[in-house]
Order: sequence, then C-alpha cells, then structure tokens
Amino acid sequence: MISLAGRDILNAWGKFIFTGIGLGLLIGVTLTMAGVYRGMVDDGKALLDNSGADLWVVQQDTLGPYAESSSINDDVYRSILSMPGVVEAANVTYLTMQVRQGRRDVRSMVVGVVAGSPGKPGWPPYLVAGRQITRSHYEAVADIATGFELGDRIQVRRNQYTVVGLTRRMVSSSGDPMVFIPLKDAQEAQFLKDNDAVLQQRRRTAENPSLNRPGVPGLLDAVIATQSSNPYVNAVLVRIRPGYSAEEIARPIRRWQRLTAYTRSQMEEILIGKLIATSSKQIGMFLVILAIVSAAIVAFIIYTLTMDKIREIAVLKLIGTRNRTIAAMIMQQAIALGVIGFVVGKITATFAAPLFPKYVLLMPLDTVAGFFAVLMICVLASLIAIRMALKVDPAEAIGG
Amino acid sequence: MKMLPFQGRTLALIGVVLPLLALFVYVALRSGPLAPVSVTVSTVEARSISPGLFGVGTVEARFTYRIGPTFAGRVKKLDVHVGDRVQAGQLLGDMDPVDLDDRVRAQEAALKRVQAELHEAEARQAHAQSQAKRYEQLLAVHTTSEEIAATKKQDLKIANAVLAAAKEELARVRSDGAAVVAQRNNMRLISPVDGLVVARDADPGSTVVAGQSVVEVIDPQSLWVHVRFDQVSATGLSAGLPANIALRSRNGQSLKGRVLRVEPLADAVTEEILAKIVFDDLPDPLPPIGELAEVTVTLPELPAMLVVSNAAIRTVDDQLGVWQVQDGELRFVAVKLGTGDLDGQVQLREGLTIGDQVVVYSEKALSKRSRLNVVEQIPGAAK
Repeated sequence: MISLAGRDILNAWGKFIFTGIGLGLLIGVTLTMAGVYRGMVDDGKALLDNSGADLWVVQQDTLGPYAESSSINDDVYRSILSMPGVVEAANVTYLTMQVRQGRRDVRSMVVGVVAGSPGKPGWPPYLVAGRQITRSHYEAVADIATGFELGDRIQVRRNQYTVVGLTRRMVSSSGDPMVFIPLKDAQEAQFLKDNDAVLQQRRRTAENPSLNRPGVPGLLDAVIATQSSNPYVNAVLVRIRPGYSAEEIARPIRRWQRLTAYTRSQMEEILIGKLIATSSKQIGMFLVILAIVSAAIVAFIIYTLTMDKIREIAVLKLIGTRNRTIAAMIMQQAIALGVIGFVVGKITATFAAPLFPKYVLLMPLDTVAGFFAVLMICVLASLIAIRMALKVDPAEAIGG
Repeated sequence: MKMLPFQGRTLALIGVVLPLLALFVYVALRSGPLAPVSVTVSTVEARSISPGLFGVGTVEARFTYRIGPTFAGRVKKLDVHVGDRVQAGQLLGDMDPVDLDDRVRAQEAALKRVQAELHEAEARQAHAQSQAKRYEQLLAVHTTSEEIAATKKQDLKIANAVLAAAKEELARVRSDGAAVVAQRNNMRLISPVDGLVVARDADPGSTVVAGQSVVEVIDPQSLWVHVRFDQVSATGLSAGLPANIALRSRNGQSLKGRVLRVEPLADAVTEEILAKIVFDDLPDPLPPIGELAEVTVTLPELPAMLVVSNAAIRTVDDQLGVWQVQDGELRFVAVKLGTGDLDGQVQLREGLTIGDQVVVYSEKALSKRSRLNVVEQIPGAAK
C-alpha cells in the first residue's frame, strides 16, 4: 500500500518543510518563553542555593535580606554560633549597585562575605576561573555575566578591587550578577558614601554646636569616628548540623534573640511567592497567551493546507477512496508537520537561550510536555480539517 | 530518467530532515540535565608554599607631641606653620601672659625692697655687735653698769634675729620671683624635639582650655604603619617578619618594612589583631600621616606538602572536600585544610595523595552523577 500522506508531502515538499520550519520558530518562541519563566524562578532558587545556608537570621519582623532591607549587629553571629546544632554562622551583606570598571558600569549585587577559607556560608560554591578571595580586603570574585575578567580593577564606592576569580550562575533574585567582596569592605561600601558625601557629613557634624564644643577637645573626632563606622550586616547565614531541624534552631533565635529566622522553605516562599510573584505571573500570563496563539496558528495552517488540497480530495473521493484513507492522510500530515515544528522549535530555543541577557532555563519536562501539546493541537486541528474534507462533494472535482 | 525527479525530491527531503534530526539529538544531549559539565582538573602535588598575611592600616607617627598651655588662656602669637621643621627647644609661640609680666616686675621691686631691708638689718647688727663688744670691755674694767652691758647684749641678739629674718625674707621673695618667672615661661610653647609641625589647631587670639593642643609636632623619623589583620587570617603574625607596604597614593609601588610588634591588645569589636610595621627606609617624600596602606607580611616558607587551589574546595553536606576524578568517575573526598597562601594555594592535611586528579573549576555545581567534559578552560571564562 502506498502512503498517501508521504506522496502528498513529496509532491510539495518545499512548501511542507518551510511551513514546518515557520511553525517551529513559533513553537521555539513559546518554549523560550517557558524557559524565561523557569529561569526567573530558578534565579531565586540559585540565590538560595549559592548562599549555602540552612537558616537565614535577619532583623526582627522583616522579610530580609533579599525581599526587604534588614540590618543586624555584626556580633550577633557569635551568640548564634554558640547554639547547639549550629555548624557555622557567617555574616553577610547584600547591596545592589552599579559596579564601575573603567568607563562602563554593570548592575550587580555586591555580596560581602566573611574572611576565612572556602566553604564558609555565603562564599561562591564553585569557580570557573581564578581563585577564591584570600585577602581580607580589596579582592573580588565576580560572576562571569558581569563581563569582568581576571585581573580587572573594579570600583565599588570608594575602593578599587582586583578581580581574582570568576564564577557562574551567581545571581540575585532579579538576575543581577553577583560580585563577592570581603565583608569589612562591603560594610564600608554599604554605609560610607563617596568622598563628597563623607566630607559633607563631617562638615555638618562639625557645625553642630553640641558635638563640636570648644571646652571638650577630641569630642568631634570621636563623634566623626562613630559616624564613619558600620557595625551592621544584613543577615547571618547559618548552617545546621545534620540531625537537627532548621525549625528547631530557628525557634529559640526568634524567641530569645528577638530576631527573625527563616528556613529554606520559608525563604523560597518569600522569594518566589512574594519577591518575583508579579513579574513571574506577568511572564506566565504572556506564556499562556503565546501558547494559545501558537495553537490557533497551528490549527489554521493545517486547516488551510487541507483546504488547498480540497480538489484533489474530491478526486480521491470520486475514484472511490475510502474515508479512512483520506482521514489518515490528513492526520499523518498534521502530525509530521507538528514533529518537524517541534524539532525546529527545540533547536531554535536551545540556541537562542544563551543569547538572552537573563537566564533562560529549558526544562526537559517542559519540552516533553510541549511535544505532547503540539501533537495534541495537531490532532485536534486535523480533526476539523478531516471533517471538512469528508464533507466535500466529489462533484467539486469536476466542477468549478 | 522518469524516476529521477522523484528520487531527487526524496533526496532533498532527506537532506533537510536528517540534519534537522541530527541537530535535535545533539541539542537534546548537549543541554539540560543530560549535558556533560565542563570541568578543569589538576593533579595534586607536593609543594612548599609561603603563606602571607594581608592587612590594611594607616601611616602614623610613633611620637606625636601635642604642645599647648597648661592653663586656660589666649594664644598671643604662633610663629610656626604646618610643614615647618623645628628644633628642640625652639620657641613656637606664646600664650597671652595677661598680668604675669606685671607680677614679675612687682616681684623684682619686692626683691629690691627686701634687699634694702637686709642691708638695714646688717647695719643694725654690725652696730649692735660693736656696741656689745665695747660694753663688755668696759664692764671688765668696771666702768659701766652690768645692766647697760646686759642691754647691749640683748640688742645684739635682736639684731641677729632681725638679720636672719631679713635673709629668709630675701630667699622667700627670690623664690616667689622665680615662681612667677617660671609661670611666665610656662606660657611659652616650646618644641621638645627636632620635628615637623603637622597641625596648628589654634591661631593667635583664640582661647584654649588647659591641655588643649595648639601645635602638633611629630618626629618624622618615627613613622610607622598601624595595621589591622583579620583574626582568622593572622596565623603566625609575629615581630620581625618582613612586610611589603603599598601606600594608596603610590599605586603599585611596594616599600619594604618589617613587623615591629604585634599589639598585646586586639580589637574585640572588629575581630582584628593590631600590629605596627616600620619602614626599612623611610620613603621620600614622607607619606602623609593617616594615609591608607596595604601591608602584606610574608611568613617563612613551609615544608613541602600536598597543595591544591582553593577554587577546588567545595562543600557537600556540610563537609569540606574536593571532587576527585578517578577513571572518569566523580568521587567526593572530604579533606582537612592546612595553611593557605595569598595566591590561593591551600595545604591538604589529609584526604588525598600525590597524583590524584581533582576538579578545580566547573561550569556548575557537581554531583556524583554529573557527566564530565574535561576541558583546558571553562568556556566563556577565557581571558
């Protein structure tokens, strides 16, 4: 038995292939959009993964440090460290700002990490080049997405830092690449403004008669010294000994230290449920619309392809071809078209994903679901086309 | 011939569909969870490292002389300006003496008066002595009464006492005078050392309280760097170690120095250890006091031990370790770290042996099931 569908495709293979590729581009866009959505969620999770913490201790009644600003004293970690079940507790600061390098500046999240050896919470968990920070001042490890290279001198506020290491996929919840610098520098960067602001502040203090008293030499210096130091950090990252539950450690911290502590799942809830909720819903909405539009276009294409052949189908009917054969031909063509479209779509999505400025995560499960959705749409669309084809009057083959 | 167009079409179709399928398979295998992770590996080797300590500090003068009055008063004149070199004993300025000069003159007059009084007492005493002597001789030959002779003797004693009082009074007034002069001299601002004027805190006409400095003089030969080292990375810091000092204003220029002492008091709030670093040769021109300096202290070279780059250290399940590559398979090996140097090399106390292959850089976090693609350099990280 000859394959009617195959013969028909071969008859106009160019048209068929190009329609399939066009369809594929559309499916590719839909898959990419799904990837953008997944990427957003993944950015949030990457932020939590990279911090290496089981528990986040922040200012009381805040959603910090990512969703809200939080500041706690930098010696709080000592009392947390002394609690049973805590393996490590490390201060951390987060500051989203423009990091300057030469003439350009890059929006990035500056993370202040405690000095010490790798493996401390908050440190970049892996590198792609260079080394980890070894000096307790003026060194930086940057995400590769910042475009910085090893040895570059970058400027954060008043100080210059040498990029000694590069990492990858270290992003804030909004996808800004991270720059890791030593904690003490970060505390300073967060608090000390540029030179002009520091000068203004000093002048303002000096003009305050109650702080600059002629009878008390040294008072002004002491006041300025306290003004230009920053004993605060944004959060304490806590790592918990296996066998203890995060909630078990968090409860006494909340109750006795008068601080708020979040476990990993609570933090995920804050990041995904609150911080990126609207923007991810926006993308999700767009994804739904795009999927519906794609489905409609696929249906139209298959319908028109069938309608183009309505004469030939009438001839087939005239020569006594069975309805089943005609239906099979249309459906096989629709599915072939869907498969070509899916393959092209997957390829374009994969190659387009790295070109996006923010992370696009193509999940295999999404791809599989997409494949079945495409097939389903093709089958449904072909059913309408089959109905039209079967209803055609064989007399049309002669007439018109 | 008849079959050719048909075959051509089939061939063309296959020509389009086959590469598409090939590309699809490639894409499916090269992205997503099935894709191999690019990693770079290095061999663990025994090497000796010389650890370094890094701290940030400020240039300070070891001796700072804050010169000011010991009484509240008004600055009368100030002859030196910031940057002037001064000698030991040089008069830098003067406080307003108010009435002290007058009191000095009054004391001088009082001294003269007391001296005159002394002369008077001396004259009286000389007279009384000669009288007493004469009457004694007269009494011996019985030409005068015993009573008169006794009176003359008493007169001499009184004159002696008056003379002694006058002498003591002179001493008192002299001391009073010296005290006023000393107070007057105390109003003078005098440099105790050969040094450099670094601050002029008050100008003539302004009043200062007791103890407030008017002029600050430093000994420029005594410049040192007050450095703060983070406590976690200050192992082995001790006096005498060589150090490199990079001043913020002399970017890239490294000056030689050494650790003079490690302060016995550490900063408990900032968790830093404090140390003083002195220059081997003082830079010329002198760095300004308060300039930021980065100090790298070099510790003695350690005996050869297994070392690995700190980029290879990972944390898995709260354990510090490295990913070892054995026959293309990944294995997480817990390690104990020793000292590290500033170039990122860390000693391994236990866990690995010489020749082991470990993952240094990886494209993403690794797990036991990760497929590896060993490369020279992680794509995208090329310099």
